[in-house]
Amino acid sequence: MPWVAADIQLLWWRGCPSWERALAMLGEEMTAHGLDKERLEVIEIEDEAAADRLGFPGSPTILVNGVDIQPPDPQQAVGLTCRVYRRRDGRVSPLPDPEDLRDAFARMER
Amino acid sequence: MNVNGLTIGDTAPALTLPGTDGADHEIGAADASEATVVYWTCNHCPYALAWEDRLHDVSRDYANRGVRVIAINSNDAESHPADSFEAMSGRVEREGGWPHPYLHDESQAGARAFGAKATPDVFVFDRDLHLRYRGAPDADYGDSGENAAWLRAALDAVLEGRDPDPAETEPVGCGVKWK
Repeated sequence: MPWVAADIQLLWWRGCPSWERALAMLGEEMTAHGLDKERLEVIEIEDEAAADRLGFPGSPTILVNGVDIQPPDPQQAVGLTCRVYRRRDGRVSPLPDPEDLRDAFARMER
Repeated sequence: MNVNGLTIGDTAPALTLPGTDGADHEIGAADASEATVVYWTCNHCPYALAWEDRLHDVSRDYANRGVRVIAINSNDAESHPADSFEAMSGRVEREGGWPHPYLHDESQAGARAFGAKATPDVFVFDRDLHLRYRGAPDADYGDSGENAAWLRAALDAVLEGRDPDPAETEPVGCGVKWK
């Protein structure tokens, strides 16, 4: 199999239980879009120093081509915390809306 | 932070905490309630936010059955300013009021006495203030259709004189932010 660069990243912190669902959602959507799993890099953020270094706004964070699928407010502090996502139906959730992920994959394919 | 906390059958610890309504609220003292729900929550955690409406619905739905509901925020406001008493009060005002008191546990003595681990973490006491259920409101923070089913089942059981089944589930959410 040819080497494939990871251009999809899941950054997670074990203090937030939703990261496993985020990983499952990523797997499902990548399969649906025909994206090789080799393109996914899963990165555990273990301490505040790593969070600062990577500009981690909370868990889970999904980057596609280095871009957050639901960009946080510029004033959002970085650190070990659980992210608050807003679903497209207005609900607050510990997980991003799958539509945000699909849109990010669609942009990647263009 | 290591906390011992309550186990099923234990008596509710005595606490008096200030609420966003400007009053001090007593917990663990005999009153006329048929059951008491005490749950830990906060302003910044997505799990607590996702479950909050379901918990408010329980408060409204069981009010006329003699159930008292209390929400407590014990998070360290220095590391999490969104959980300061001022921020709690502002949130309740913005949301047009809550159906039950929202209390500030600034010293974190309440969270330690109960053994609260997460937001949310729900404790159900019977009329004698013995713990009968502890854990999550329901099985899925992401599914509002779950409608706090575990909490409702526990309350129905307590009000009917039965043992809740399950009596314990694992709280799911953000850890309490200790000082």
